[in-house]
Amino acid sequence: MRRLFGLIIALCLTPAAARSETLVAAMSSHQIQITSNYTGSQLTVFGLVERDGRSVSRGDPLDIAITVRGPRRMLLVREKESLGPVWINRTQRRFPDSPVFLFVATNRPIAEMMSPVMAERGRVGLANAERSPQAWFDDATTARFRDSLVRIMESKGLYDYRERGVTFLSNALFSAPVDVPATAPTGTYTVDVVLYAGGVALARQQTHFEVIKTGAEQRLASAAYDWPVFYGLVTVLLALFLGWGSSVIFRRD
Amino acid sequence: MQIYLPIAELPISVLMVLGLSGAVGFISGLFGVGGGFLLTPFLIFLDIPPAVAVATVAAQVAGSSMTGVLTYFRRKALDLKLGGILVAGGLVGTVLGVLFFNTMRRLGQLELVITLSYVTLFSIIGGLMLYDALRAMLRVRAGKPARLKRKGGTHPWWMGLPLRQRFRRSGLYCSVLPIALLATVIGFIGAVLGVGGGFILVPALIYFFRIPPAVVVGTSLFQILVTMTGATVLHAVTNQSVDIILAALLLVGGVIGAQFGGRAARNLNVESFRLLLALLIVSVGLRFAVELLLPPSEPFSVVVPESAR
Repeated sequence: MRRLFGLIIALCLTPAAARSETLVAAMSSHQIQITSNYTGSQLTVFGLVERDGRSVSRGDPLDIAITVRGPRRMLLVREKESLGPVWINRTQRRFPDSPVFLFVATNRPIAEMMSPVMAERGRVGLANAERSPQAWFDDATTARFRDSLVRIMESKGLYDYRERGVTFLSNALFSAPVDVPATAPTGTYTVDVVLYAGGVALARQQTHFEVIKTGAEQRLASAAYDWPVFYGLVTVLLALFLGWGSSVIFRRD
Repeated sequence: MQIYLPIAELPISVLMVLGLSGAVGFISGLFGVGGGFLLTPFLIFLDIPPAVAVATVAAQVAGSSMTGVLTYFRRKALDLKLGGILVAGGLVGTVLGVLFFNTMRRLGQLELVITLSYVTLFSIIGGLMLYDALRAMLRVRAGKPARLKRKGGTHPWWMGLPLRQRFRRSGLYCSVLPIALLATVIGFIGAVLGVGGGFILVPALIYFFRIPPAVVVGTSLFQILVTMTGATVLHAVTNQSVDIILAALLLVGGVIGAQFGGRAARNLNVESFRLLLALLIVSVGLRFAVELLLPPSEPFSVVVPESAR
């Protein structure tokens, strides 16, 4: 209930924030191409904070939060529970439309930038980025599964938070490296850059990049989907040919 | 050196896959089994999605059994008539198995089905083989013949079912029905677990039908070759999870390893051969049992249901 109250207050305060800063952000590249020697990639987000000359200088320093969201899929979280002597997956929760890749970078720890309520409302941080308003009514189990989802995706390297991942190169120019691991799925990624001062969002900008298969990788993957019979037969023939070839090469009698 | 797998969608170290498939190929050549039952769990352990691992290993098993079939065919240790019946039953089983596989995948229980089947199958078959191998060893040690002599003229009842056929090369006169049923069951298991089923078929043909071991291995390899060929194409058509790059890597390592394994097999006596194979199968079963029985350090898991693609 206190959280709800906090939200209402925060919502009331938002329009009061003056918008005298503008934000420009760009990616070092808008495309990651997967080739046969692909082992992940790194992009950089560059940005510039433009201040209106007439704006009053603020007491609070400017902060940047960058959130990168990968393609959305349904994610299924299961919990192993003991059933008699064995441990099997029993309870499960579906999180439809969740990003398979999530990356958050800020210039200093979120806790220093804003209060937890504001972080939750502004969707800053791994736990908050995908929290829907409905999550406030989650039962304890669903909340536990939601936390586990983030923890496991972090351990797989697909979710990542860098509390000092954004570097200010001058007091207006900043950059942030974004590591895209090789296991990150193909598709479109959205990059949200938000400028904060004292926990209040002053400006935001969205940009995109995509991860696609190219060359042989792309041809093989599309062949598997478009001509499955042909693809299956070619694989089998290759297998039989290699089997036959080795018996010819190694034949001694 | 890393190579990106287009269907599994992750990069993998080429040398590691070659080494792994070479080692498994060695074991497969040594024991006359496909080696899929070792390879599939290894691939899953390397983070390859279970569906891709199972479907791709089917292709690998087809290729490596091709080598064996050619060798046994040249030595005339291959009963084509028996093999034909095994193949017919096996194909029916494979179709049922792929359908079951896809249903379980939709229901999200594939992982559980695979783990449970590995545990039960391997513990039971490995346990039986271990028991039998140890008993034979003890008999040898006691100075008796390793095997109980079979009494002439007695047949188990299932051999006398209708549709009896004579299998000249196997020295068998038996009903077609139990053989076809056995082949169906093995085709089913093979398609679901991505294994050739040689480790079940070989002992079953020896114990239930009393076919000479030399013919059994050649004939079972023939059956595995045909069913796994079918399974590969079916997996490719129904769920697009065959990774051709991974299959090629596994095959190169596997067929080379199998050649050396086949040579090593000639220097191994029959009893220790059976004991080693039994120990191998039991340990794979135990490995899965541990996973099932020990409290997991991380009880949660996240999966992306693949039907969402």
